[in-house]
Amino acid sequence: MLVVITLFLPLLFALLTFLSGNRYAKYVALAGGAATFIACVLLKPIFVSGQLQPIAVSYPWIANPVVNFALSLDGLSFVLVALTTFLVPFIIGTTFGKEIDNAKAFYSLILLMEFGLLGVFLAADGFLYYIFWELALIPIYFIALIWGENKDREFRNRAIFKFFIYTLAGSLFMLLGFIYLYQSTGSFSISALYNLNLSDTEQSVLFWAFFVAFAIKIPVFPFHTWQPETYKEAPSAGTMLLSGIMLKMGLYSLLRWLLPVLPHGVMLWTPLVIVLAVIGVIYGSVIAVKQDNLKKLLAYSSFAHVGLITAGIFALTREGFQGATVQMFAHGFNVVGLFFAAEIILQRTGTLSISQLGGIRNVAPKFATVFMVVVLASVALPTTNAFIGEFLLLFGVYEYNTWLSVIAGLTIILGAVYMLRMYQLVMLGETNDTTAGFRDLNSRELLLFALLIIGIFQLGLAPKMFMTYVQPSLDLILNYSLR
Amino acid sequence: MKTLIYTSALGFICMIVEMLNMRRYIVPVAVTGLAVIFGLNILDWGLAESHFNGMLVTDNFSVAFSGLLLLIGFFIVLLSGHFYKNEESKLSDYLAIILFTLVGALAMVSFGNVAMFYLGIELLSISLYILAGSKKKDLRSNEAGMKYFLMGSFASGILLFGITLIYGETASFSLQGIASYMTAHPSPSVLFYVGVGMILIAMLFKVSAAPFHFWAPDVYEGSPTLTTAMMATLAKIAAFAAFYRLFSTCFIPAYPAFAWMLSTVAALTLIIGNLSALHQDSFKRMLAFSGISHAGYLLLGILSLYGKTDQAIFFYSFAYAVASLAAFAMAIVVAANAGSEKIEAFNGLGKRKPYLAFALTIAMLSMAGIPPFAGFFAKYYIFSEAVRNGHVWITVVAVLASIVAVFYYFKVIVAMYTKESAETAFEIKPAYLLVITICVLLTILFGLFPSQLANLL
Repeated sequence: MLVVITLFLPLLFALLTFLSGNRYAKYVALAGGAATFIACVLLKPIFVSGQLQPIAVSYPWIANPVVNFALSLDGLSFVLVALTTFLVPFIIGTTFGKEIDNAKAFYSLILLMEFGLLGVFLAADGFLYYIFWELALIPIYFIALIWGENKDREFRNRAIFKFFIYTLAGSLFMLLGFIYLYQSTGSFSISALYNLNLSDTEQSVLFWAFFVAFAIKIPVFPFHTWQPETYKEAPSAGTMLLSGIMLKMGLYSLLRWLLPVLPHGVMLWTPLVIVLAVIGVIYGSVIAVKQDNLKKLLAYSSFAHVGLITAGIFALTREGFQGATVQMFAHGFNVVGLFFAAEIILQRTGTLSISQLGGIRNVAPKFATVFMVVVLASVALPTTNAFIGEFLLLFGVYEYNTWLSVIAGLTIILGAVYMLRMYQLVMLGETNDTTAGFRDLNSRELLLFALLIIGIFQLGLAPKMFMTYVQPSLDLILNYSLR
Repeated sequence: MKTLIYTSALGFICMIVEMLNMRRYIVPVAVTGLAVIFGLNILDWGLAESHFNGMLVTDNFSVAFSGLLLLIGFFIVLLSGHFYKNEESKLSDYLAIILFTLVGALAMVSFGNVAMFYLGIELLSISLYILAGSKKKDLRSNEAGMKYFLMGSFASGILLFGITLIYGETASFSLQGIASYMTAHPSPSVLFYVGVGMILIAMLFKVSAAPFHFWAPDVYEGSPTLTTAMMATLAKIAAFAAFYRLFSTCFIPAYPAFAWMLSTVAALTLIIGNLSALHQDSFKRMLAFSGISHAGYLLLGILSLYGKTDQAIFFYSFAYAVASLAAFAMAIVVAANAGSEKIEAFNGLGKRKPYLAFALTIAMLSMAGIPPFAGFFAKYYIFSEAVRNGHVWITVVAVLASIVAVFYYFKVIVAMYTKESAETAFEIKPAYLLVITICVLLTILFGLFPSQLANLL
């Protein structure tokens, strides 16, 4: 029952936020985010004699087609629910410093999106999952469309619309895939889909119906062209939602809804997908080196990171899966931290152009320190969270193919190049006119960064507890994927 | 049967009320009358009767579709009070014609005999010809009425010719008679096929499927908006229900000969409707083309009719009707306030009238087939019927078409939320607010709980 409450809390608070009016909206929204986080902590699945006990509920919903309101919370889902419920109040907290037009709509859309995201991570019924998948898209479309930063309205509308149409196009083919699966099984329930035996031809075609939807969301090369512009045009809170949580929907769905359902299709196309993913890693890193806009640089770096996660998942090894889950979680923290830093820079200097910045460290030492920690975490310095993830991912890819892992390993070097270069240009050097008046972090911002940094080291130093949660789910998925 | 008679009587009552000089009661009388008839119609649920020597049939199919048509009629009548405020002296005439259109539509969903079917379609069409040209001093309304009349009568002629040929082969006008002839003579002569083909063409014309759609955009744009709303919802849904009833009872044996034609027409309709809608800057004309594309989706239901797709067709009709009515009501309101039917007239509505903008957004999202609104399930049912009956490729075309559809539906949303406009007074009548609210509520309700409606038949 608690799992249902956790799912619906954001929806309830979205409504309350909307009713509370523009003045109090942000507080109500923050309270809603926090309440959901607390519910998630209470929800934590327990171990009974060393076995993780998944929580599952199911209520009949639609009679034709047979759709159950079925939720299931195993270790993997729990990790992503925890990530979501932690990051949403965090993201709401980052927006407190600025005036937002029509705040009640803005914050209730954020909570509405949280509802969609939680639904995606919890759903145990294909149709329900699909509905939540679409539901998460609509709020972020409006957030990015209405509250975007760019003054050039036409350009922004086009960029955001491109994002919408890409993701929607992908999902419609996924719907067709689900319809086909339903015709074969007569059920959308995840267990029925896991035990499906389709012919290899069917699987190889259906693979693309699902994979394209996920690949657009993640994004995997060459389905990524919507991403940099959208990240740049969306307001920072929207970018954090997109990069921190929403792209995890795609990665999670690969593990939950693609690999175990269509194992032979996956086998057939794995070589192609891994090569595409590794191309994305290198391509994203190389372009990131050349970027001048800070948000676009972060967008490309994020694109490179998720390419590696995709490669790790498709290596179909234990380590690849472990690395993918750790990195999904770690990337959520790191990328949100980076975009938060970018938002702070934008708020105080009015620009995101790296070449116009410089010397911020001289005037804002606290900011320089926390930013450094987040940057180091994102380049996978040992003891930080991303180190565990990237190490396991590269190991997984190595088990699949040595040469690919060598090429993908370049991401660590290239990542260090563009991130440290960026840090050097933005934070070090001479203070100029733009950055001279840079105010250091206030206590709210410091608190937020502190929370994030605790999370970064927590996972980096003690990944074992994380593993005990996700390992049973991953083993199960791996078994079905190799059947 | 009762439904049909009472609705006709209501039309006459409207004229009598005018004669008694009680003009301001006309709309309330008509609205109450339709509500009562709606209730009486529901009481017929579960009956299986035929009346007047099998001319009219009452079964669940006819009751369900009559209910939907009455609901649409109810909304149209609610809107008409204010819509015809400049021509108050003619209000009773217009309302009576609207009710007679409804009678025609009701006959089209409950006929048991092709003669009755023809009468229904003619009653509906002739009433609509009048309504289309009812703005007498507006050139475009005249053009719309004339064009609709010429093209419509041509199609009716073809339909009648088709019916004659069928009669020549089977010696029967009744659906049962034709059906039993078909079972007794599995391979009819070529005249029979020609007859079915002619009926098919006439029906495709009436539902404005490509390539028989050329009349639709001009007629839709030129007619008064309320009439356009009737053509797009009432007439189209009645035509599809009639199409289904006629072909599923009598012509299934002849079906394979026409399957290729239907699938080509469905694909063409989807592609042409959606691509043409992309370039429209008039909201009404965009809705006209989107209506053509919706006819394409409904044709997928007709295409698989041997697999009993009446549920899917009914649900799609319902979802399409409520979303369209909300959109047309908004079109009337915005045109009255901004004095323009262009999409630009919606600029800045998100700031000025957040509730209306929200309602129209829901209607557009539902028409674009985005969950969790009724339009999504409508598409889902249609697609899954098509896949179940083996029409996978045409379904892929339909999916691609619905991606294209997002482009033009979102044009309106973007205009409302991101474009600026001058602050001007914006007035909306309670009747319009009521219709828009009910339509949006139904769209959300049957998006969350679709099975009640989808399992009706």
